[in-house]
Amino acid sequence: MTGTAIACRGLVKHYGDVVAVDGLDLEVRRGECFGMLGPNGAGKTTTIEIIQGLLRPDAGSVEILGATWDRDERALRERLGTQLQETKLPDKLEVEEVLVLFRSFYRDGHAVADVLRQVGLYDKRRSWVVKLSGGQRQRLAVACALVCRPDVLFLDEPTTGLDPQSRRQLWDVISEFRRQGGTILLTTHYMEEAERLCDRVAVVDGGRIITQGSPRELITSLGAEHVVEFALADGVGLGRADLAALPGVEQVHDADGKIRLTVSHIHQTVPALMHVLAERGAMLSELTTHHATLEDVFLALTGRHLRDE
Amino acid sequence: MSERPGHPLVHLTAWRIREFTREPEALFWVFVFPVLLAFALGLAFKNRAVQVVAVAVERGSGAADLMQALDAAAGVAPVLVDSSEARNRLRTGRVALVVRPGEPVVFVYDSTRQESYVARLVVDQAIQRAAGVEPRRAVVDRRVTEKGARYIDFLLPGLIGMGIMGTGMWGVGFGIVKTRNQKLLKRLIASPMRRSEFMLSFVLSRLFFLVLEVGSLLAFGALVFGVPFRGSLLAVAVISVLGAMTFAGLGLLVASRSRTIEGVSGLMNVVMVPMWICSGVFFAYSNFPEPMQPFLQALPLTALNDALRAVILDGTGLAATVGFLGILAAWGVGSFGVALKVFRWQ
Repeated sequence: MTGTAIACRGLVKHYGDVVAVDGLDLEVRRGECFGMLGPNGAGKTTTIEIIQGLLRPDAGSVEILGATWDRDERALRERLGTQLQETKLPDKLEVEEVLVLFRSFYRDGHAVADVLRQVGLYDKRRSWVVKLSGGQRQRLAVACALVCRPDVLFLDEPTTGLDPQSRRQLWDVISEFRRQGGTILLTTHYMEEAERLCDRVAVVDGGRIITQGSPRELITSLGAEHVVEFALADGVGLGRADLAALPGVEQVHDADGKIRLTVSHIHQTVPALMHVLAERGAMLSELTTHHATLEDVFLALTGRHLRDE
Repeated sequence: MSERPGHPLVHLTAWRIREFTREPEALFWVFVFPVLLAFALGLAFKNRAVQVVAVAVERGSGAADLMQALDAAAGVAPVLVDSSEARNRLRTGRVALVVRPGEPVVFVYDSTRQESYVARLVVDQAIQRAAGVEPRRAVVDRRVTEKGARYIDFLLPGLIGMGIMGTGMWGVGFGIVKTRNQKLLKRLIASPMRRSEFMLSFVLSRLFFLVLEVGSLLAFGALVFGVPFRGSLLAVAVISVLGAMTFAGLGLLVASRSRTIEGVSGLMNVVMVPMWICSGVFFAYSNFPEPMQPFLQALPLTALNDALRAVILDGTGLAATVGFLGILAAWGVGSFGVALKVFRWQ
């Protein structure tokens, strides 16, 4: 299917003096998985809640599947599946009871048992929610979003706080929905998640989209595919200009006593770097290299890391 | 594709009922506690023997004569003490009246204490009798033990009313605030669930518990204390249902804005405590001053208690309680309407 699933223009939302969303435009195509990647407080949750008609924007417009919240609220709600951040499902209901409750709100949808199998909770269907692990609860939350057989699925940080195995299980569920032609809008502050799941990513910071494109495009936009990171043992000064002059170096970034070089031809850069260091008598205390990621894109654009760790 | 598994209202109501029956503490407060309370109060006031009032006689000339006169009288337990000790006992409530010998004899007491006033009358009569004043006409005491006229008979419908109010407001109020607190309310309104059905499910689940709640107290009263049931069961059912819906509506209103359990608990108490005292649960509201009566009678719990007493104790038909039911309905419709308007869904 082609066409636009979600279109937002000029979204603005203030909380008192704080600007949460600052003139944000967004377009999600039908059948794609679109990710909003950004640090905590970037305005991702506010944006996704405005798009879902749960918050009213101070300015701007939202159109989903050609409909608007003012005119078509009930019809729209039938077609959207949602998982919100921090929702606690009822502790003392059984897994199946929760899903039946949510299924009953919708005219059309999947059979509850099928969805339970799909998210791997069928064997847990008689357990109380309170007895589930964090990963199982999150899969139940996603099951509640899927049970209405939505056209568009909204996921707000679906895997935050989960262990790697639970995260991978959820990724499989989400990928399967995408494979069957569903449209997904998700927020995350995990770059692996965005790279793994999303066809296109918008990098969000300070309530605005600072860049967007496919993960590959964004990484390519750095102009180089590799990152060399190093630190020096005795603080010998090494000028930015010296580093920028090394072969294959596209960008030099200096923070917290670490120097990051974004490089296009790592096989040329590293020997040259070693040579310069030997000349100056500088000792390395650390040296790593990796393929450039969305994290590096974010760092290059904002000078900050996605997560404050 | 699959069929919808039933009406959302059914599943929402089932959720409310399960949430409650899977919480053993809540079951205790709703079903066991009122019965224990009725039992304790019923025992405390059950056919109590004639009250004996404690009085203090101050030492001094003439005290011995007074002591003799009071010892001979029924219903008085006199002690002979120093004047400072007598004052002390009066202040701490251990005696109802201090008698100071002399001419005239002085009664020291607090006229707002009912038992002090009784003590004054009894002591006065004993002293007059010792002085040779004889009553002119003979009287005979006959204590009331007839069913329907005892304190427990008065109390039981009041406890039923109080229970309907308490469980209605706590059940609805806590349920709403908990749902809001856990962001579950936001998740629900992201679905096509109808908001009115969500609210209605609280009211409907109340009706389910009501049968058990009212039934257990009525059965307990009848079996243990022989409280009579003179009216029709149908009338009690109608009144209870209306009462439950009214207080579910008030519970919705109280919980309509609160974000925390602490906040809603405070508001609940502001609404309920005055009615526990003023609406004739434990004692008749006619004890309050006359100018307050119209206000007290306009309270929903007063109307509920009056209607229940009229039907249970006096066998009044439903038609005669229509005034009370009108007051209840007005509170219910009003609070439900306002709650829908001001409700905080986020």
